Amino acid sequence: MTLVDSLRLGAPEEWLSVAGLGLLMVAAWGGDKAARLIGLLAITALVVAGVLVAPSLTGHLSGSAVAAFQGQYSGDAFAAFGKLLIYLSAIVTLIIAPRFFDRSGGMRAEFPLLVLFASLGMGLMVSATDLIMLYIGLELNSLSAYVLASILRNDDRSAEAGLKYFVLGALASGILLFGMSLVYGFAGTTSFHGIHAALNGPMAMGATFGMIFMLSGLAFKISAAPFHMWTPDVYEGAPTPVTTFFATAPKVAAMALLMRVMLVAFGAEVGAWRQIIVFVSLISIVIGALGAIGQTNAEGGNIKRLMAYSSINNVGFILVGLAAATPQGASAMLVYLAIYVAMSVAGFVAVLLLRDEEGNQIEAIADLGGLSKRRPGIAAALAAVMFSLAGIPPLFGFWGKFVVFQAAVASGLLWLAALGIAASVIGAFYYLKVVKVMYFDEDVGKVTGAGDTPHFALLIASGVFISPLGYLATPWLGGLADGAAAALFHVG
Amino acid sequence: MTGFPILSLMLLVPLVGAVACLKASAPTARMIALVATLIDFALGVVLWSQYQIGGPQWQFTEHAAVFAGFSWKLGIDGIALMLIELSVFLMPVCIGASWTSIQTRVGEYMAAFLLMETLMIGVFTAQDLFLFYIFFEAGLIPMYLIIGVWGGADRIYASYKFFLYTLLGSVLMLIAMFWMVNNAGTSDIPTLMQYNFPVGAQKWLWLAFFASFAVKMPMWPVHTWLPDAHVQAPTAGSVILAGVLLKMGGYGFIRFSLPMFPDASVEFARLIFVLSMIAVVYTSLVALVQHDMKKLIAYSSVAHMAIVTVGLFAFNRQGLEGTMIVMLSHGLVAGALFLCVGIIYDRLHTREIDRYGGLAINMPRYALFFMVFTMASVGLPGTSGFVGEFLSLAGIWQSSTTVTLVCTTGIILGAGYMLYLYRRVIFGEQKHADTAAMPDLDMREFAMVIPLALVVLWMGIYPESFLAPMRNDIGALEARMAASRWKMANAGVHAQVKPARLAVAPSTKVGEAR
Repeated sequence: MTLVDSLRLGAPEEWLSVAGLGLLMVAAWGGDKAARLIGLLAITALVVAGVLVAPSLTGHLSGSAVAAFQGQYSGDAFAAFGKLLIYLSAIVTLIIAPRFFDRSGGMRAEFPLLVLFASLGMGLMVSATDLIMLYIGLELNSLSAYVLASILRNDDRSAEAGLKYFVLGALASGILLFGMSLVYGFAGTTSFHGIHAALNGPMAMGATFGMIFMLSGLAFKISAAPFHMWTPDVYEGAPTPVTTFFATAPKVAAMALLMRVMLVAFGAEVGAWRQIIVFVSLISIVIGALGAIGQTNAEGGNIKRLMAYSSINNVGFILVGLAAATPQGASAMLVYLAIYVAMSVAGFVAVLLLRDEEGNQIEAIADLGGLSKRRPGIAAALAAVMFSLAGIPPLFGFWGKFVVFQAAVASGLLWLAALGIAASVIGAFYYLKVVKVMYFDEDVGKVTGAGDTPHFALLIASGVFISPLGYLATPWLGGLADGAAAALFHVG
Repeated sequence: MTGFPILSLMLLVPLVGAVACLKASAPTARMIALVATLIDFALGVVLWSQYQIGGPQWQFTEHAAVFAGFSWKLGIDGIALMLIELSVFLMPVCIGASWTSIQTRVGEYMAAFLLMETLMIGVFTAQDLFLFYIFFEAGLIPMYLIIGVWGGADRIYASYKFFLYTLLGSVLMLIAMFWMVNNAGTSDIPTLMQYNFPVGAQKWLWLAFFASFAVKMPMWPVHTWLPDAHVQAPTAGSVILAGVLLKMGGYGFIRFSLPMFPDASVEFARLIFVLSMIAVVYTSLVALVQHDMKKLIAYSSVAHMAIVTVGLFAFNRQGLEGTMIVMLSHGLVAGALFLCVGIIYDRLHTREIDRYGGLAINMPRYALFFMVFTMASVGLPGTSGFVGEFLSLAGIWQSSTTVTLVCTTGIILGAGYMLYLYRRVIFGEQKHADTAAMPDLDMREFAMVIPLALVVLWMGIYPESFLAPMRNDIGALEARMAASRWKMANAGVHAQVKPARLAVAPSTKVGEAR
């Protein structure tokens, strides 16, 4: 494959790099006054990147036809699926951000740039087929994310969130790097396909260690238990648009990366990692559910913390698909991720719309009391998100759980499926609690501020997707996910 | 068949009504809800008149492949037809019962009820396993809101209990469904009803489905959510809960557990018998000592549902037919009794039995109707209750005389608590001035109780109208169960099979399982 072909395949990343650097210049000269303009331009850049990516989603090309830069980068359908979700999440973040930052002295010019660079890093993550590329993408994303978490410099909670995220994130990166070095030592190559070929048959102890360290590092990035501790603090402390971003794009990227590492690089060693994934998955489901119950019971339970625990819980369900280690399972994970992104967007946008008279954000769950009388639309949307996250049909969140558990049962993991779905009932309790506060409790009259059009538009769009109407999208979504998942299992 | 998608239309009408109600003012919402439910009732009448008795087993079938993983497939047999008729008949009554008693958030209330109607009809018409599951589970959301928003003082506890109990029961069923579809290669319910799953797997599948249906039914000892939910729900909520939602459990047994896992059903029949015998006697005794009218009727529901389960697991024609009639009759009678409680609750705002008394003096018409429904609940000949209970017990008699004996005891106790209730509420002295001042039924209440009473008597005097559409379907089920009993008996698992049954069993089934 020539350099020109490689450059053509890597076009989305190249475009984002150029656009990001160009906008950096605009920011350098325009300053914070140009922040809104940069935001709009960044959205445009992401849309263009999405257009560049889209053809490969249905291109049905895989293997060497899409391997660029000496097999370091893959422009296959799987990467395209992940990237589209990531760009979409980034666009949503950039749409909702300006209004939020208005109250704290306006959006900073760096904000859209950091989102753009984080998206670039995540694009590399989902396309990486080499340990080096993996790490570059991961770090580009993480470093942008650390700054994003602490972008409100005058806010203690934001600074705390950034610091916590940075320290723990650096530790996780170190663990990941250590694992990568061990794997490289035993496989003699950094290429995923090379590792797959080298690690065939019984695994050496060192290689197993390397794999487990890599798994731990990546588990941190997807906030799976027992590496989840940072999540509630960062979700709560970070500004809400940033939390929206964290809950969606990096989840997709890290999960896609984990899938590629496990199913491609360690695809021949399913027996070695399946039990770990099963354990991580179950414990995430349970810890996510129990932690969230703590949030609903405590005085001053926080809806953002609740969403954080909910994301841990959902990551557990997504990992059920990985434990299946089949194309069906991978496809199910992608479907779940797409639905999860929509649910998170709807949830956080609804939270953003909860303001008091002065426009301050309302985050305490108790303050949502009687919301259904005061703001029936927002309450209905939030209730739909809660039932959807709980996986109650006919809301579309059920479909995510449906495909994931179907894949698990099809691959013989009956016990995982039974335990996982039984544990989902624990989760239902706290989702119900939020609905109870909004619908059954007396109006506490806290939510008085007005919302604005872009937020409502986003809420309606994501709300329609998670409503029963979403089922009409299942053949289309399932087809795309199947195609994307098949790319992972392509041999050669 | 005409090819007209009447079932989809029946699902659509309440749904459209629900959306329209959301934004409507209170009087408009009431009118929309009434009109929508009446249209659905009219469609139900058309459905019954168009249903060909003795025609193909599945009629009015519709199929559209619009989803991935499952399909929009509807169709009904006689059993489903009767339960749909029950649903569409009770819904206008429910709307009537809420006409004046619900004054807050009327639009949302009516929307929740109409949504409920769509989902109930959906459960009975779905011919795809997963479509069924979606309808079955989705009903939790509106019912949770109905209990939680418009319920009584302790409504939040009751709504949680209802939701989590039912959800926990159902999720295991979903896993079992995945396994079945994986094994059989289709999620089509009529196909699966003919499919022979391996005997070993049947047991697990049966247990998973049992977890769901036993909670829904509800069977002892997982019945405890029911009294709470009933007592706290608004009147119409109780009517629909007792009238239709509980029937989903029985329908589940008839549609899934028995035909899909016949061998496991034969094996677990004894378990069902034991649980049902305990339920009949225990809940009847509990009902005797209740001070709350709704709670009393709720416990009587559990006892009646136990008659349903024993009738089902008798695996013979009388038992199965009796089961269906008990379900239909209980839907009408328990619904009507909750309605009667609601009528006096609206006047006095208490359900305490002791606060009433002597209603026969100031509310004679009310006393008459209450008596009709009490007698039907007791099982007086000439009412629907008698037909169902008699057929069920006749069916069980062929299986086990002990079970019949115990269940009959329960029925005697049933007469005890119902007559005791009637005596305390209707007869006796007028102890309280406010009770004595209560006005008799008004026109709206007449319009609700008269149709119910007429149907109860119709079903009691000429049950053939209701049995005829179901006859072939019950016959098919009986044949399938008989084959399985014979097979299990030959395998040395279930030794107590009457020789008369042997002749029915097709010889091709011999030893197929092992």
